[in-house]
Amino acid sequence: MTTPLRLDVRRPTAGPEVELSLDVPSDLELVGPAVELIVASWPSSPLSARRVLFNLRTALAEALCNAIAYGNRHDPAKLVRVRVEVTPDLVQIHVADDGEGFAPESVPDPTLPENLEREAGRGLFVLRHLVDHVSFNEKGNAVCLTLRAG
Amino acid sequence: MSFSLRKDKRGVVVVGVDGQLIVGNRQDLKEKVLDAIDAGARKFVVDFTHTGYIDSSGLGVLVSLSKKIREQGGELRLAGLNEDLQTLFELTKLDTLFSITKTPEEALAAF
Repeated sequence: MTTPLRLDVRRPTAGPEVELSLDVPSDLELVGPAVELIVASWPSSPLSARRVLFNLRTALAEALCNAIAYGNRHDPAKLVRVRVEVTPDLVQIHVADDGEGFAPESVPDPTLPENLEREAGRGLFVLRHLVDHVSFNEKGNAVCLTLRAG
Repeated sequence: MSFSLRKDKRGVVVVGVDGQLIVGNRQDLKEKVLDAIDAGARKFVVDFTHTGYIDSSGLGVLVSLSKKIREQGGELRLAGLNEDLQTLFELTKLDTLFSITKTPEEALAAF
């Protein structure tokens, strides 16, 4: 699949050891290719290979999907910006969209019996369990995922 | 990433998920399974032996297909989940919604 994705890899003289950045057009078909592009270019990091292949991949897919579908509402004119900072102790993934934002605490618990058979609504819940810390900006249109070494 | 469908001699459809089941390809899986339902199949095993990861959209499509198949009097079973995927089903409590076995052979034998 030919994609408009271009990953930028920097090794800043100060701050994180490696910084990856990628702009993703708001098309759900690009979620998989964007995740694979980042994983294929993954630098030496404090994360185990297993966590890169499962936790990082799944968390990135969730964050991108949320940003494209609920943030940018599939608007092809809007981009999702991904920035990954790798340091010796942790990896931080920043995913920002151009949407209106949302209140994370308003998302219902998908594991409640009345929600269990719903098709959607598990993304944020899954995300919180895959990484060590999830934080949103005040507006709710940018998320920071932290994975500590290990 | 792709899906393969094969039927055993008793008519149980085994769906192999190669790579990932995520937002970008879940519709393809849905259409393939719905086509099989339309063709009369009622018993399904989704085999995750060769699956790297599943996102929440992938989980969602399994939930909706399972519901559809149950409404038709059938059942969708899951097999071959690795430790990480098994954990994903447990933490979302979807392990209570599906019959999950270690191998597709076990799932087929239980039908």
